[in-house]
Amino acid sequence: MSEVAAIKVEEKLFSNRYLVDAGRPHIRVKPHQTPSRGLLAMTRLCPAGCYAQNESGQVEVSADGCVECGTCRIVTQGTGELEWNYPRGGFGVLYKFG
Amino acid sequence: MSEMQAQEPQFDAIVVGAGPSGNAAAYVMASEGLNVLQIERGEYSGSKNVQGAILYADALEKIIPDFREDAPLERHVIEQRMWTMDDRSHTGVHYRSDDFNEEKPNRYTILRAQFDKWFNARVRAAGATVLFETTVTELVRDLSGKVIGVRTDRGGNPIMAPVVVLAEGVNGLVGQRSGLREEVKPGTVALALKEMHFLPREVIEARFNLSGNEGVVIEAMGTITKGMTGTGFLYTNEESISVGIGCIVDDFVEGGETPYGLLESFKNHPSIKPLLAGSEIKEYAAHLIPEGGYRAIPQLYGDGWLVVGDAGQFVNAVHREGSNLAMTTGRIAAETVVMLTRKREAMSRANLAIFAKRLEETFVMKDLKKYKGIPGLLHGGKAQFFGTYPRLISQAMQTWFRVDGVDKKSKEGAILRSFREARGWRGMMGDAFRLVRAWR
Repeated sequence: MSEVAAIKVEEKLFSNRYLVDAGRPHIRVKPHQTPSRGLLAMTRLCPAGCYAQNESGQVEVSADGCVECGTCRIVTQGTGELEWNYPRGGFGVLYKFG
Repeated sequence: MSEMQAQEPQFDAIVVGAGPSGNAAAYVMASEGLNVLQIERGEYSGSKNVQGAILYADALEKIIPDFREDAPLERHVIEQRMWTMDDRSHTGVHYRSDDFNEEKPNRYTILRAQFDKWFNARVRAAGATVLFETTVTELVRDLSGKVIGVRTDRGGNPIMAPVVVLAEGVNGLVGQRSGLREEVKPGTVALALKEMHFLPREVIEARFNLSGNEGVVIEAMGTITKGMTGTGFLYTNEESISVGIGCIVDDFVEGGETPYGLLESFKNHPSIKPLLAGSEIKEYAAHLIPEGGYRAIPQLYGDGWLVVGDAGQFVNAVHREGSNLAMTTGRIAAETVVMLTRKREAMSRANLAIFAKRLEETFVMKDLKKYKGIPGLLHGGKAQFFGTYPRLISQAMQTWFRVDGVDKKSKEGAILRSFREARGWRGMMGDAFRLVRAWR
């Protein structure tokens, strides 16, 4: 992901309202050596830019800005790499216009 | 999934989700006197929901005939613009008619967070109980496997009912994880992004040649999706413009684009940019759209359960219709449950099959069946349909309209040659044949 694109998506998320369930992320990446093609693609594909690859090659998620589209769940289907749930009732993104 | 011994149901029906299909189902059942519980994970109905959004009056009229009296509607659509775009141009088919300025308009732009809130207030007024901020975590089954209730993230005892209507959306976890239907495939869903651009209403009316509450809808395809299967859109609301773009998830995985990069370049297209100039962005949303059509429709009913709306893949991608299919499937599921409840018949797989049978007689299944070959055709021919042809059409238009001393017969020849060289007669005949066959 280019630096410019990363900054832009954060700017987009600023207009949204969230109620973050602090300390209880609804998406977790399970420990892995090498990410699957799908999981790696999420570093580019996540509309909220929640995924990033660390220096040693693993993909990490920070789901605070998640817009709950579910793309990552579908793309990593069958790999078992993600523990994916919707946020607890009432938490997460809160659309004003939808 | 937990198994339970038979215990007294607390409700006649449980509806999972409060989007258009869930609200339609809950409203119809509650209006007919059933004791309905609806469970929604958002703070209010609409807080998790995303759509373009166009409301098709007919489907809602069949549920709430007087909805126009107090539903939050933005503009009624009087003009439809269908664009094929290359990087610097668009070629359009526009249809605008004063006939759409009618007493009961046919289509409206809406803001889903506000519209769904209104619809759900009607559901509650009809007598349904609605639990917000509650996520259904699993279905409860009896020893025979029949669904008899749900568990939620609020814990406590399961909530019991003879039938559960799953209106849980495209990414509905309850039904997928319970094995009631297959997992959604990356090849049959689109990832769509949308931004809300606010402008004074006078500016919108001047820019789009509108007066009063008239509205315009633009649907676009072409090089804007960079060779991926997808479309862009721009809808006029009262004081805002909804602009967005979506492509099949598989194509996104294969390609090199970021979704927001694609949205940015669509917004900066010379045909779109002036329409959005000076606007203030107040929201950024993303959502999956089921686009697999007829062939992606899962099993829709079983012992003690029904599936409606996006969870059942009820979207007509060709006509950009979804919320009307959602409301119609929700209504017919509800009518089926009401009928069985009154007859004191079991919510068995055999009895609930009436739901699917009745759907076959509606536009929902008829339209999806008609277009069953289209998703595969577009996905398989994406290079032509979203690249080659849009470029050729633009070049042809430019050749035709540019006055440069070249005679018209030579221009005709040049246009035909460009099509032949890019795609070949055989290729074009094949595309035409496949399109006609898929369209029938």
